[in-house]
Order: sequence, then structure tokens, then C-alpha cells
Amino acid sequence: MRFWVIQSLNGLALGGLLFLLSSGFSLIFGLMRVANLSHGAYFMLGAYVGLSVLNAGYGFWTAVVAGALTIAILGGVIERVLLRRLAGRTFSQVLVTLGIAFIIADSSLLVWSGDPMPLPVPRGLMGAVPVFGVFFPKYRLAVVGISIVTAVALWALLERTRLGAMIRAGVDDMEMARALGIPVPRLFTAVFCLGAALAGMGGVLGGPILSVYPGLDMDMLPLALIVLILGGPGSLPGAFAGSFFIGFLYTFGQALFPQLAYVILFLPMVAALVLRPKGLFGARAA
Amino acid sequence: MSRHVFGLAVLLAVLPARAAEKEPVRVGFLTVNSGALAAGGRQMGEGLTLYLKEHGNKLAGRSIEVVTLDTAGQPATTRTRTQEAVERYKVHVIIGPLAAFEALAINDYVKQVKVPVISPSAAAEDLTQRSPNPWFVRAVGSSAQPNQPFGEYAAKTLKYKRIATIGDDFAFGHETTAGFQRAFEDSGGKVVQKQWAPLNVADYGSYVAGIKPDVDAIYASFAGANGLRFLRQYAEYGLKVPVLGNMTTVDEGILKNMGDEALGVVSCGWYSAAIDTPANRKFVEAFRAAHSADPGYYSAGAYTAAMFLDLALQKVHGKVEDKDAFMKALRSLDVQDSFRGPMRIDERGNPVLTVYIRKVERKDGRLQNTVVQTYPGVSQFWKYDPKTFLAQPVYSRDNPKASNLEP
Amino acid sequence: MIRVLLVAAFSLLLLAPALSPSDFYVNVATQILIAAIFALSLNLLVGYGGLISLGHAVYLGVSAYLTIWLVTRAGLSHLPAAVAAVVLTTAMSLLFGILALRATGLGFLMITLALGQILWGLAYRWVSVTGGDNGLSGFQRPQPFGIDLASPRTFYLMTVAVFACAFVLIAVLVRSTFGAGLRGVRDQPRRMQALGWHVWMVRLVAFVAAGFWGAVAGVLYAYYNQFVSPHVLALTNSAEALLMVIAGGAGTLLGPVVGAVVVVMLKNVVSAYVTRWVMLLGLVFVAIVAFMPEGLVPGIDRLRRRRRPAGTT
Repeated sequence: MRFWVIQSLNGLALGGLLFLLSSGFSLIFGLMRVANLSHGAYFMLGAYVGLSVLNAGYGFWTAVVAGALTIAILGGVIERVLLRRLAGRTFSQVLVTLGIAFIIADSSLLVWSGDPMPLPVPRGLMGAVPVFGVFFPKYRLAVVGISIVTAVALWALLERTRLGAMIRAGVDDMEMARALGIPVPRLFTAVFCLGAALAGMGGVLGGPILSVYPGLDMDMLPLALIVLILGGPGSLPGAFAGSFFIGFLYTFGQALFPQLAYVILFLPMVAALVLRPKGLFGARAA
Repeated sequence: MSRHVFGLAVLLAVLPARAAEKEPVRVGFLTVNSGALAAGGRQMGEGLTLYLKEHGNKLAGRSIEVVTLDTAGQPATTRTRTQEAVERYKVHVIIGPLAAFEALAINDYVKQVKVPVISPSAAAEDLTQRSPNPWFVRAVGSSAQPNQPFGEYAAKTLKYKRIATIGDDFAFGHETTAGFQRAFEDSGGKVVQKQWAPLNVADYGSYVAGIKPDVDAIYASFAGANGLRFLRQYAEYGLKVPVLGNMTTVDEGILKNMGDEALGVVSCGWYSAAIDTPANRKFVEAFRAAHSADPGYYSAGAYTAAMFLDLALQKVHGKVEDKDAFMKALRSLDVQDSFRGPMRIDERGNPVLTVYIRKVERKDGRLQNTVVQTYPGVSQFWKYDPKTFLAQPVYSRDNPKASNLEP
Repeated sequence: MIRVLLVAAFSLLLLAPALSPSDFYVNVATQILIAAIFALSLNLLVGYGGLISLGHAVYLGVSAYLTIWLVTRAGLSHLPAAVAAVVLTTAMSLLFGILALRATGLGFLMITLALGQILWGLAYRWVSVTGGDNGLSGFQRPQPFGIDLASPRTFYLMTVAVFACAFVLIAVLVRSTFGAGLRGVRDQPRRMQALGWHVWMVRLVAFVAAGFWGAVAGVLYAYYNQFVSPHVLALTNSAEALLMVIAGGAGTLLGPVVGAVVVVMLKNVVSAYVTRWVMLLGLVFVAIVAFMPEGLVPGIDRLRRRRRPAGTT
């Protein structure tokens, strides 16, 4: 019983983290058809920026905002200067986003020395609390909460605002959106900034659990891709369901089949994709 | 190839010995400047530079020219870099590489071109055991070397009976855990649970939650960033079971970024920045002055490698060109007094050294590995007979067999 | 005439490194050619088939593992081991192709990536066969007909020979009816289907051909490095090959070769002078996209044509 409770909570917490990582990735791909292979690097850079803000003496939540804003600005510049001209050119997108990932990774080594560094858990969220008879870290519960709040906020943005309506129109049918007079270029910049901000925020929020170290970027990128493909690109509910599905699969897979730990994510992934090439939850998959 | 040998022979015959001595000794330093292992590479560089600086960049009367080469932590690149060092820069000796798999990737090549290698870090057991290389000398301990006395210490001094292990699922994790387990069980303890986490695991949560709550201690064997990540998450879950660790789990290189979660971790190693001897205090002070951090595994390893180079050069009066004599000097080093205590190279190129049992404590506002016990003169075979030791397969995930696992 | 000159120049270029005084440059040239064969193989999928794979390192890696394992552990001699490695790896690519071609686009990318990660994990975990991260070593280069391949120069010349074969055969393949069909399937899959082409089968054949040449590159990799470890199967290796193809110019014959030159030179020669060579590599990729988004080979072609308008030659 204890096993199932605590591993379920672990699955939830990891799922929450994955949602923060991959919601922006999915949003960008859904609207712009850009597989932003720098997304893992954005996540890592967000964590590093957050760390520097914390080291400068500011609080944790300031660091979260700073991480999100910095990466949003960076993403916006990259979108304006580079990606904008590459619509529909998948090869160039792969080259430029991986190139940027290399640049970010190597600059981070220069600036943050390459030593692995943890981000401190915010003061009020340290320690463990009893949940259904087991002790579970407070901060992880908070991550689950934050990811749900983020999901609801994003849902409200997409379903209840004008911007959201334009994004949905763009995801459904780009040509139609253009014909309706939606300012597609500005919309793209906005969405790319938003997606990047989510990655940066996720990096800072993930920091107390994952720590930040060189290689975090490439550890995270495949996870974001998995959630994207499982959930269906551009589908917020899909990304949400996909994240938690992966969280549970990973956690229980490792606990129940430790010999398969190295392949526990990708083996079911291949099976799922072979059986359902368009994703498990996605309705609008490419 | 034959042309080169001929050329070298001509060179040696024509040049008078004195002229050869004036030329600097060229050292190929194989390190990692990019990618995930870059922190270790930087620390190796800091250790090496410090030693050379302390000696005015002159060892045994010859100036030293270091060629630094970035292996990127990839075996194929390591091989190219090594070839570059040998074929393009004509180095006399190599210090490096960092990772065990890098050292293994160039092992055959090194034998082929006969260039002396002093390893400042790579710990894989078989490099100095079942497939020893006459051109290879290790400045650090083999993976299991400190962990074997540690196993005995855990059973006899700490009186632990049942221990759960968790570690990185790769050779270094396997070898350190195996050495610990063997000595621990030979001293009456039982390893009742073994968990292995993939190197790129996103989260240790499910492993931490899976640790048997009723064990006396857990033994953690991690490398790189993973020690820091694991201890962090372990503390998050509020577990109170004491933690033992291999050397790199609480290495000084990452200890400086840890917090209270590391307090009380007892570990083993062939070094600690807190060794309380004049020689070590001098080294640590100089290192802190230069890099404002404590030296750890990689820095102390590279510093030792430079020291080995120095001592061997002195023995052959700087004539590094006589490779056989230089190698013989290197392989028969017997250091009475070093910052790590006495060291002697055994017949397979691995040092017999002092093993330190350390405990993480906070002193003067920073964490350090306080030495709580020393085991002098520890060989890579510990108390086992080398012959029977070598007749068994190399330490691995399943060797020695864990016969006391509980479901 | 120009063509003959080009071929002659190309051949000279290939043979020049053998005259270099330092073994080091010979070895770098060897690595460039191995990487080029690998990139050429991936280009069949990416450039001509329009299928972006992020798991191509699998074919190079598995073939390298097999080559070394069959000789050092199973006791085969070199030739049968190399042939078996290529045959088995190609068979594996048939299986993987059937799985991966359930999807196109992102799904295809994901399945290839996942298969790559599975084999990478397997290489780490299946220690009794793969040696884990300590890898397989103790492998000597063969001496066919008394030619000592341990010498960098002779090994380079053999690599040139294999490269030339690969280049010519791949050129023939992409210029054949099949090649035209493959490009057609890339650009207009529906129309090609209507025209009676079996779209899936065309893609599968391209996949297996890519696997085959990847396996050939793997045998050379094994001979060159005489060592193999899980790193050869890492995602970064697959990504690197993809970057070579795109940077040089996907869907052109020379593109992957130029891409291999750029990446291998940056990694192995420039890195001696520039500590932050990874950043430089990233900057080069960004610059290529900014100035020649179609890749170096078509980009330079375009610039040349602009400078010398049609008709003046």
C-alpha cells in the first residue's frame, strides 16, 4: 500500500515537472510547426538564470519570474531574427535550433563553470508532509499544484481570450487564419515567447528537484519530444495527459522493472507509436 | 612507421645528449573542456597547473610544455586527440584522460606507440588488473580500492549489519559497489538490496521511495552531478537512514555546492582536502589561494600525476627521451611522504596508498570531509591474494554475487 | 570536359592527405571520409526521402559492435565478421524501417529516436555482451593480402576506396528511376501513389539502403577506432550526422561530404586552437542557416551562378 501511494505521488510530481517542460514545446510546435530543438537548452538556461538571481539575494519566486522573462526575451529575439524566415523549412529549423542549443550549452559552461549546482527549495516548502499515511516532499506537491495552475491558466488563455482564439484558429488552419486577417507574424512571436517563458519557468521550478548541470538540456529534450508525440502537437489537454502518463510510466516502470530502467520510457514509446502513429491522446496530430 | 623510427634513431644518434636536455619536456594533457564532464576537466587542469606553477614550470631541470587537448568526453575524439598529441606534437608523456572509457579507448593505441601515460582520474579496475598496460601508471586508486577497506569499516567499526546500495548503472558504480559489498559481506555484513539508476535518470524519487526503510545504512556510489542530485532528493523525502558513499558521491568538487543534506555522510577515498598533515595543509592552502575552492578527486589526481612525472623525471635526470628508463622509473616510484601519505606503484602500475574514511562536517562555514580513520598501505587487491583476485572476473553489477538480497 | 576535370580534381583531393608528412592529418582525413559515408547514408533518408531520422547512429554503432564482438569474442576472422556485421545490421534496419515507417514527419523522427535510445540503453546495460560503458577493445586491424592496415596511410587508402564505392553507388542509386521515385515520394506522395508507386515500399528500400551504408561506415569506424562503447549510439551522434547532412545540403550528393568536412575539422582540428569550439560549431550552423539556408553546397552553387550569369561560360 505504502509503495503504491508514494510511487503514485512520485509519478504525479514528475508528471507536473514534465508538463512545465513540454507545454511550451507543444504550443510552439502546434502553432508554428517548429520542432524547437533548443527547448532543453531553454529549460537549462532558465534554471541557470534563476540560480544567479537567487545567488544575488532575491527570493525564489523572483527567480522564477526572472527565468521566465529572460528566456521569453531570448526566444522572442531568436524567433524574430532567425526562425521567422524559415517557415516550412524543416531542415533549416533543425539546424538552427540545434545550433542555438550548442551555443547555449557551451556559453553556460563558460558562465556557470560546469559545476553541478542545486537550486534551494523555497523556505516555506522545505521538508516532507504526511499524505495518505506516507511522508512526501512538500515542494514536489507544490510542483504538481503549480503545473495544474499553469495548465488552467493556459487553458483559459486559449479558450477565453482573443489571443487564444487566434492561436486556436492558427493551429487548426493557418491559411484560414491568415485570410481572416489575424496578424500571423505577431502571433508567432507572441506564442514563441510564451513557449520559451514556460521552458524558462520550468527550468527554475525544476531546479530544486533536478539541480542544474551541463547535460541537463539533452536529458530533457527527449522527454519533451515524447510528451509532444504522445499528447499530440498543439493540444494542451494532450500535453497535460501525456505528461502525467509519462510521469507514471517512468516512475512505476523503474520501480517494478528495475532491469529495464534504461529503456523503460522508449520501449513502450515505440510500441505506442507503432500501434498509434498519431499519438495516444492527440486528436489534431500531424 | 619505419621511416619514423629511423628518423628518431638518427635524431638520437646525431644530437648530443646535452642538447636534448635543453628541449622542454612535452606533456599531452588530455582533458574535457566541453560537454557534461567539463567540470572534472577544469578541476584536473587546476591541479596540474598548480603543481607546475609551484615548481616554476621546471621539473628535473627541464622546462615543461603542456599541450592541452579537449576530448569532449567521447572515446572516438579521445583517440584522435591522443594521436594528435603523439603524432603532431610528439609529446613525451601523456597526463589524462578523464573517464575510464576514454582511457580504455586509447589503451591499445598507447601500447602500440609506447607512450607513457599517467592517469589522473580513470579508475577502471582492469586497466591495472586483468589487462595491464606496461605504459600506463595510475595516480589515483582503482575504483574499488578505497571501497574494500570501507566495507570492512562499515561492518567492524560502524557495526552495520544490513545495508542497501544504490548507484549509477555504469562500470564505475558497479566496481565501487562490488568492492564495498565484497569486503562488507566478508566481514559479516549483508547487502540486502541493490538498486541501479540509469546515468541520465530524470528523478531519483522512485528509487529513494524504494529503499528498504529498516536497513542500518545505505551505500551510495555516484559520480559527477549525480551524487549531489541524489543526496538532495534523499533529504527531501525526510529519510533518516545513515548514508555511506564512495569517494565521488561527496567529492570536494561538488561538496561546495551541497547543503545540510550532505552532513554526516561517511565515505571513503584515497584523498580528502581535510587530511591534517603539513604537506596536505600546504597543498590545500595553495590550491584555495589559486582557485578559491578545495581540491577534490580530479584536482588531487592531476596534481599527483604531475608529481609522479616530476619524481620519475628526477630519477632519470630529466632524460625523458629514454622511454624505457623513464617508464621503469615511473613504474617503480616509491614516495615516502606526499600530501596523500606514502605511495608506492605496484607491479601493475597502480599505487599502493593510504585510504581515508571521511565524514562530512561543517567547519568554518563550509563542508569538508573530515578524516575519521586511515588505512595505510592499501593495495588494489586489499587483503585478498592477487592471484585468486585476478582469477575471478572483474567486479561488475553481478559480481560478486549478492546472495543476501531480501525480496 | 569540365566533368572529367572535376572528377580528376576530386580524386587528387582524396589522395593528397596520403602525402601529408604527419600521420595526424592522414588520420583526420580518414575520419572525415568515414563520417562522410555515414552522412551520405543518412542523406538517402533525410535529403532524398524527406524523412528526418534522429537515430541513425544505431546502424553505425551496431555494425561497429558486431564487427568487434564477432572477432574478439566469437573468434571469427575479419572478413566474415565484417560481412556478417553489415548483413545483420542491414537486416536490423529492415525491421526498424518497418516499425518507423508506420509514421512520417514527427512520428518517424520520434520512433527512430526511441529505437536509438533503446539500443543505447542496451549497450550500457547488457554488460556481458557489450562490456557496458567500458566498451569492447583489444581489436586489431586486419591484414588482407599482406597489406598492413595498421599503417595510417594504407588504412586511409582503403577508406578512400570504400568511400569512392559508396559515393558512386549512392550517386547511381539517386539518379536511377528509383531515386526519381524517392524524390517524388518526398515531394508528392499522393501523386506518386496515383501514378502507381508503392510509397511505403519506396521509403522502406531507402531506409534499408541507408542502414546498409551506415553499417559499412560502422565497420570502418570499428577498424579505425579499434574500440566501441555506448557513446557511439548516443543521441548526440545521430544529431551530429543529421547536422552534417543539413549543413552541407540535404538532397545533394556533395552536401553530406562537405558537412562531414566542416564538422570533423571543427571537432578535431579547430578545437586545438579554439577552446569553445562547440560554441563555434553552433555559430557556424546558425550562420549557414542565416546566409545559405539550403546548405553549403547548394548555397555556394547559387552564389557562383549569381556572380557568373548563365550564358557567359
